[in-house]
Amino acid sequence: MSPENILLLSAVVLVLPLLGFVFNIFFGKRIGKPSAWIAVIILGIDLVLSSILCIYKLTTDLANQTIGSSADTLQIIIKDGLIHSKLIWLSVGDVVIKIGIGLDNLAAIMLIVVTLISFLVHLFSTEYMSGDPRYSRYFAYLGLFTFSMLGIVIANNFLFMYIFWELVGISSYLLIGFWYEKKSASDAGKKAFLVNRIGDLGFLIGILILYSTFGTFMFDEIFDGIGSGILPFASGSMLTIAGICVFCGAIGKSAQWPLHVWLPDAMEGPTPVSALIHAATMVAAGVYLVARVFAMFTADALTFIAVIGTITAFISATIALTQVDFKRVLAYSTVSQLGYMIMALGVGSYTNGFFHLVTHAWFKAALFLASGSVIHAMHHSLHKMHDHHTDPQDVRNMGGLRKTMPITYLTFLFVTLAIAGVPFTSGFLSKDGILAGTLAYANLTGGWHWLIPILAFSAAGMTAFYMFRLLILAFHGQPKTEAAAKTHENNFVIVFPLILLSILSLWIFYSPDPTNASIGWFHRAIVQPKTAVPEDYQWDFLLIEENAGESIKEHNQSVSNHSEHSAEQVHHAGHHYINKFAEEEHHFHGTAMMLSLLIAGSGILLAFLIYQFKIFSADNLEKQFKPLHTFSFRKWYFDELYHYTAVSGIIGLSKLLAWFDNLIIDGLVNLSAAITRVSSYFIGHFDNIVIDGIVNLLANITGFFGGVLRKVQTGQVQTYIALLIIGIIALIYFIF
Amino acid sequence: MSIGLTHYLVLAAILFSFGIFGILTRKNAVLVLMGLELVLNSANINFIAFAKFGGLNIQGHVAAIFVIILAAAEVAVALAIVLNIYQNYRHINVDEIDKLKE
Repeated sequence: MSPENILLLSAVVLVLPLLGFVFNIFFGKRIGKPSAWIAVIILGIDLVLSSILCIYKLTTDLANQTIGSSADTLQIIIKDGLIHSKLIWLSVGDVVIKIGIGLDNLAAIMLIVVTLISFLVHLFSTEYMSGDPRYSRYFAYLGLFTFSMLGIVIANNFLFMYIFWELVGISSYLLIGFWYEKKSASDAGKKAFLVNRIGDLGFLIGILILYSTFGTFMFDEIFDGIGSGILPFASGSMLTIAGICVFCGAIGKSAQWPLHVWLPDAMEGPTPVSALIHAATMVAAGVYLVARVFAMFTADALTFIAVIGTITAFISATIALTQVDFKRVLAYSTVSQLGYMIMALGVGSYTNGFFHLVTHAWFKAALFLASGSVIHAMHHSLHKMHDHHTDPQDVRNMGGLRKTMPITYLTFLFVTLAIAGVPFTSGFLSKDGILAGTLAYANLTGGWHWLIPILAFSAAGMTAFYMFRLLILAFHGQPKTEAAAKTHENNFVIVFPLILLSILSLWIFYSPDPTNASIGWFHRAIVQPKTAVPEDYQWDFLLIEENAGESIKEHNQSVSNHSEHSAEQVHHAGHHYINKFAEEEHHFHGTAMMLSLLIAGSGILLAFLIYQFKIFSADNLEKQFKPLHTFSFRKWYFDELYHYTAVSGIIGLSKLLAWFDNLIIDGLVNLSAAITRVSSYFIGHFDNIVIDGIVNLLANITGFFGGVLRKVQTGQVQTYIALLIIGIIALIYFIF
Repeated sequence: MSIGLTHYLVLAAILFSFGIFGILTRKNAVLVLMGLELVLNSANINFIAFAKFGGLNIQGHVAAIFVIILAAAEVAVALAIVLNIYQNYRHINVDEIDKLKE
């Protein structure tokens, strides 16, 4: 494929879901149920195309080249494995704004993640949403969402990124609030949108700082600018601030503390939407953004990112321990895992952070779809019993689903193992990498940074515990309600995505060795980009070492035919690290693996002891640690905190402004009205007396003369004739 | 004394004056119309006189015949109007018909 064709195909992949959206929004209602299958087929084609793109991109080494010059309307550039286009979109005076799309290994893999999950969710939804009155509109929204998400993935500039960023925001708003008749759903939609706006504002400020410095939105041009020593406001700390501002967008979208509060509420949307948006794609957009602009983060910005990620991972893991709503546990687990990814990127473990994004996307989508399957079954069962009061999502109403829903159970069990980090799963590989990264980071930086691996490991233990708690409560033991006993396994379109996604959570898809991901194709395809930040502002250990340059190049090249060259690659991996961090990470690999196995194992064991074998009573523990339990159950009171600070603050401010409006602004308006009224009174009198007087006088004069003259008009024909004759005689007299 | 153009013209002027007098003084619409006939016929006399003495020749005759036809048509229309006036007012007194001034 020529570079043009690659980009053209990417554009087709991008636009196809938009066509589905347009079709379904205008004609969906008319054609009814088949509209869903049209959406599914479109996504299927999209999936095939993006797979072709991804495989082609990963297996082909593209030589650096430039087609067209920077003055041309369209320029296509291939550089360091990134193929992208620059199109002049706007040219006003000196200001030239370029847009474009780009494809590198990161984007290519992300394309598959988005299209595959979107496709499976479409398929799943055909059954899950059946009977919904706004069936076709739901698929239209899914199409819009997929389109926007793909836009984020293939954007090669901040402008496109921001546009699609907001499109993702609006489409998630539409999908979360899809059942807007429910107040909680419409509130959740609004909350998600507003909380995201806060992060987006920071993102926008960051983009504008960068634009005002470099005069371009293009990622590569900005990185080149930083690399050549141009800094925003000529200061390294402003570069840090710009990085943190851009990261604010990720805080909002990826539900990082302190803006994580929207994601659990967003579970009010239909469950497949949760799988698509709030597990695998939209929330991954923030992580993707951080990975995409990784080269511009300074050491301070990276520390900030790592701290935010760690706090998020830890806090949400503790909250997930006590939740009883099936989807809420998963939601907090998602927040926690996103914290992991952000933390990984923050500590510099770039590859593992993105690796975790991909593996997490599969197993979290599977978890959510499995929860959808359970809720669907529970809902049907309750519906048959005419019970409309029992909550079909509360795990306290489930139990024993293992026997009634065996396929869902098995897939759920497998992906739970994956998220808990048990060997032979993808989750083990990526989590292990991240934990090794945090250890390496702490060892290299020292001091309080050791808190990061400590919190990360405890979060890993908690993850194993709460996931197994959920599994045992929902699937093991005896059915706790009649409805749970009467559930049935769902049909093929629901279980197929579950099976496929669980299979994708096997280690074998990423690395031949179940304990070491770094020899797999993934780690060769995704290599940490060369940081653009000047050395003074960057960690020494993240700088790409000079002699590693060759190695990177080989990394890029040998992604193709990796099976043949894998032996050689192992050799390389053993001797050349791209930087000191990678070397340190490798040293800690074994330690991290042992520790994480130990901690995850004890978490799982504890869950079994408490909930399966009931050696410790969960109720007693709850009573003993009542304050802690309540603190966790009420989600650390973040909602209340925000309600009493931010929300009440804004309402208070609004009241103050309303008071100001009522008193001062309205007062001014009323004053000017009064002045106008008084002056109108005088002007009115002047009008009535003087102006009207003149007019009336003229009228009276005219009337008087009219009265005199009308006497001539007697109406008698003979008078007229007499006057006529007199006139003629007078005329003759005067003429002759 | 031979009869010349002047005699004809004087006769026509007298006839014209009588006609005008009739039009202006009569109350009855039919009498007004008769005055009008006198005016028209005085004009006819002038045409004929000029045809004989003034060199108007055949054209003067034709004009006279044309005026007679015109008068006939005019009388037909005027009498119809008078008839309508009578139906509306139950009289044909011209001096009492002054609706036009309103």
